[in-house]
Amino acid sequence: MRVSFKWLQEYVDIPISPAELADRLTMAGLAVEGLEEPGKEISNVVTGRIVKIEPHPNADKLMICLVSTGEPEPRQIVTGATNVREGHVVPVALEGARLAGGLVIKRARLRGVESRGMLCSGQELGIDPKTMPADQAHGIMILPADTPLGLDIRPVLGLDDVIFELDLTPNRGDCLSMIGVAREVAALLGQPLRFPRLEAQEVPGSSLEGRVRVDIVEPGLCRRYVARLFTNVRVGPSPLWMQERLRAAGIRPISNVVDITNYVMLELGQPLHAFDYDKLKDGHIIVRRAHPGEVIVSLDGVERHLEPEMLVIADPGGAVAVAGIMGGLDTEVTENTTTVLLESAYFHPTSIRRTSRALGLRSESSTRFEKGIDLEGCLAAANRAASLLVEIGAGDVVAGAVDNYPSPVARKPIILRPERVGYILGADIPREETANLLARLGFTVQDAGQDLLVNVPGYRVDINLEIDLIEEVARLYGYDRVPATLPFGATTRGARTREQSLLKRLKEVLVECGLTEVVTYSFVNPAVFDRFKVPPDSPLRHTLKLQNPLSVEQSVMRTMLLPGLLEVLERNFNRRVTSGAIFEVGRVFLPQGGEALPEERPMLAAAAMGEGAAGWNRPATPLDFYYLKGVLEVLAAKLGLPGLTFEREKENPAFHPGRAARIRAQGETLGIVGELHPDVLEEYELDVRVCAFEVDLAAVLALAGKPPQYRPLPRFPGVKRDIALVVSREVPAADVLRVIRRAGGHLLRSVELFDVYEGEQVREGCRSLAFSLLFQAGDRTLTDAEVTAQTEAISAALVRELGAELRK
Amino acid sequence: MEEQLHKMAAQAKEALARADSLETLEEIRIRYLGKKGELTRVLRGMSALPAEERPRIGQLANSIREVLENELAERTAEIKARVKRARLAAESIDVTLPGTPFLPGKKHPLTTVQEEIEEIFLGLGFSIAEGPEVELDYYNFEALNLPKDHPARDMQDSFFIGPEVLLRTHTSPVQVRTMERTAPAVPVKIIAPGKVYRRDDDATHSPMFHQVEGLAVDRRVTFGDLKGVLDVFAREMFGAGTRTRFRPSYFPFTEPSAEVDISCVMCGGKGCRVCSHTGWLEILGCGMVHPRVLEMSGYNSAEVTGFAFGMGVERIAMLKYGIDDLRLFFDNDLRFLAQF
Repeated sequence: MRVSFKWLQEYVDIPISPAELADRLTMAGLAVEGLEEPGKEISNVVTGRIVKIEPHPNADKLMICLVSTGEPEPRQIVTGATNVREGHVVPVALEGARLAGGLVIKRARLRGVESRGMLCSGQELGIDPKTMPADQAHGIMILPADTPLGLDIRPVLGLDDVIFELDLTPNRGDCLSMIGVAREVAALLGQPLRFPRLEAQEVPGSSLEGRVRVDIVEPGLCRRYVARLFTNVRVGPSPLWMQERLRAAGIRPISNVVDITNYVMLELGQPLHAFDYDKLKDGHIIVRRAHPGEVIVSLDGVERHLEPEMLVIADPGGAVAVAGIMGGLDTEVTENTTTVLLESAYFHPTSIRRTSRALGLRSESSTRFEKGIDLEGCLAAANRAASLLVEIGAGDVVAGAVDNYPSPVARKPIILRPERVGYILGADIPREETANLLARLGFTVQDAGQDLLVNVPGYRVDINLEIDLIEEVARLYGYDRVPATLPFGATTRGARTREQSLLKRLKEVLVECGLTEVVTYSFVNPAVFDRFKVPPDSPLRHTLKLQNPLSVEQSVMRTMLLPGLLEVLERNFNRRVTSGAIFEVGRVFLPQGGEALPEERPMLAAAAMGEGAAGWNRPATPLDFYYLKGVLEVLAAKLGLPGLTFEREKENPAFHPGRAARIRAQGETLGIVGELHPDVLEEYELDVRVCAFEVDLAAVLALAGKPPQYRPLPRFPGVKRDIALVVSREVPAADVLRVIRRAGGHLLRSVELFDVYEGEQVREGCRSLAFSLLFQAGDRTLTDAEVTAQTEAISAALVRELGAELRK
Repeated sequence: MEEQLHKMAAQAKEALARADSLETLEEIRIRYLGKKGELTRVLRGMSALPAEERPRIGQLANSIREVLENELAERTAEIKARVKRARLAAESIDVTLPGTPFLPGKKHPLTTVQEEIEEIFLGLGFSIAEGPEVELDYYNFEALNLPKDHPARDMQDSFFIGPEVLLRTHTSPVQVRTMERTAPAVPVKIIAPGKVYRRDDDATHSPMFHQVEGLAVDRRVTFGDLKGVLDVFAREMFGAGTRTRFRPSYFPFTEPSAEVDISCVMCGGKGCRVCSHTGWLEILGCGMVHPRVLEMSGYNSAEVTGFAFGMGVERIAMLKYGIDDLRLFFDNDLRFLAQF
């Protein structure tokens, strides 16, 4: 809503500056988004009459105008404009004038002819062409012929104004009007409100009798319909002051009749519509639902196909308007119109909203009806229009009005318990002040014992409950005056749940391991399943689909995280960031047959490519399978998840068949880790090896959180022995370890693999593994003989069970 | 003999004075003071002396031993100190070379900010609640006093899964679910961080973003309490000097409702480009829980009151880190993420 400061002052005295008023309005809930001073940049532009127009001797497209600006001598101005005629009064920029956008006008010679100024278009004066009369939108602005000459253009065009841009909340439909905003201002400043004149001089002895009839077939959708009749209408431009105000509000002046309807809408918030009475059949208005297949051409020339749930205004011949949204082209007021039927009605907000959405058609009118207008204000608005019509001399007003108002309802008063105000706000506002603040807003407040009985005026459709009144009191009292306090218990610290703490720790561990967290969209392209080589029959392809996605790329809810991570790597790789390790924690969405809502399963996924950064004193770590496996092992250790094992996984088509493993712990499969299959990497155009894992976080968190178990520190020294063996490379290291541990017995305290070698010194198909063994007893120092015996037992078992060959 | 002793002592002293390494000192010690050294050798000749001279010579020998031992210790300490000094001088390194790179990853800035928000409210006695991202219309709208056809539904364009199922457009449904679970017990004090979705995608809107919702319900929670809690939040999040401003606003699920501005983090309120020269930055919406919402969730609105608030994590992260493009958060360029 754009509000002219000048216009506003017509309804209320404002003893403070526009900037101060903006601040007060903002702090009362009518947020002022901006203040616009349309004439700020403009100087030295005055009104002038074109006395004479002559052709330019040296240019076909230029003309020489003699312009009188009230000075003794007319000035010569060269123009290229085509819409000016002798006698026109136009804005004239004098030498030294400054125009919108900072343009400065200097004396000039145009093709050899002196020009002492410039004729201005509206745009050059900072006026939006959309708010200019259509015939002047692109030419010189033509002012009324009786405009005095030599006047500063700013007051003439109302450019010496400040426009408030209000960002209204959806509940304040009443402030989509000057009077509504003025009412707020009056309440805030404690000033009286001046209501505009409603009485119109009617044609004596005239009557609507037999000339206008209104039938409301759908009283549920149209609760009131007021019609007035204007005769002897002389359609023409509206006066400049009215045009200015429409323009300030961002509305294009059309003609006096149409401008009056828009003016009253802006002033009082009641949308009006003017029909050419002579084009209405029998002067008979029927408010009904559209017939199936009914079609109307609306004012904007578009053919509208109507549905039976849409409300129309019809005459006996068919629909003449889409009720409350837009009139029909056939009954439009034109320059030939002489009699006008004016509509001032109340349409149901929901009905208007649905129709407006269904037709994809919004208007100033529908915006107001949607929010709910003042049911009690329909007649006043029609009268105001009549009054204006007479005032500007655009026609005569037939006495009386049709006011079809099937079931008027008196709004029930609301009981306000004054102590409740303090109870909700935590501020002591005396009863009298509460009553006074409400009265300022135009509410009628009566005593009812301890309580207050509040009658809410019709324009405040948003006020229905006690709490609504409390908010009004708080708003006017000032939120800033409510003292800030702390509720009980604010000093007792809250806590994360076990899972929340573990999750936070998990992210910290991953970060410490060198992984960077990413956040990707929960909705994905259904094509990801093909790109990621998910088998056709996999349940992962069973997705939740968005009915109205923004694009196919974001049309189904993800069932796995890894494809999102691959896209991140792909994007980075394309930007030549070719190394990196990333992870994401997020939910996947698994539809549950028969359930309205899917299962939302928290998952953790990670992916890595390239190598960790090297330093001048340290080689780079390859971000490979063993890196991610190490990350998982550290994670399990830090989160207290014992018994993590890895089993070869050859079947998952997204992974390298020889470089992937199922992650298991305590009998449960938690996820998968491995190098991605080259087929997948080709899909993502990743010309680098990528390793990844994805685990079920719910399962991880359920198993995690075991506190470490203390073991007594050794009191006797241990003995270290190293062994190296050559074994077929088909034998997994885990098997070797298992054999060593079993054969080592209770004296073997720890085993560590410290070298793996394949190559020249080792037989084809075999590899050498070297382990460091630590033997230790809790009750004595081991003898050399004991340790040797144990080591030999281990060696024997390795030879026997795995066919290993010991290296000396 | 006496003369012999004096002569030896003099030689030893001279040798000690000349010695310039620990090895030489050791040689001198062995030569003069060792088991087979000069002193021992001289003393062996004591048996040839008359008995009355022996004590005197013995005394002399002992004193010479003492003197030499002291001298030796002194010289040893001196040389050790010199050797150490020399070693330290030789071991000097270039301290301006870069340190060994530990390269931890980074949490996503949204996570960091979300955890910061969580810590502040945990400190104020709130706990953390969670709820589904795919939500029923009832929880996302209806139970929040947003019946079908409510004009305020337009404020939040939704992604629909089915007629009654959608991606939650705010974290407010967690309020309702928490109250339903807890009612009629009080107090309730939760925050609910999480992802939310709106059908909007341009320079200043992302179809997925993050919010943190807050809710407190108790026998006498007031708007003043709401102000107090959010004042603490603003100061902890943006610095002790941060001022807040509560502007009346409208949300269907709270009344009275407010929008909270903080004094601009860039200019401190003087007015700059970031705050559009207003001195204020809008950071969250809040209000007293609407009595209808309390009633629908199973509370008696005559007996308990509550406040609720909701903030955008992206907005706060952008202010905190001076990020000017929302889309960077979901682009996941590693060079961007590495900065936090």
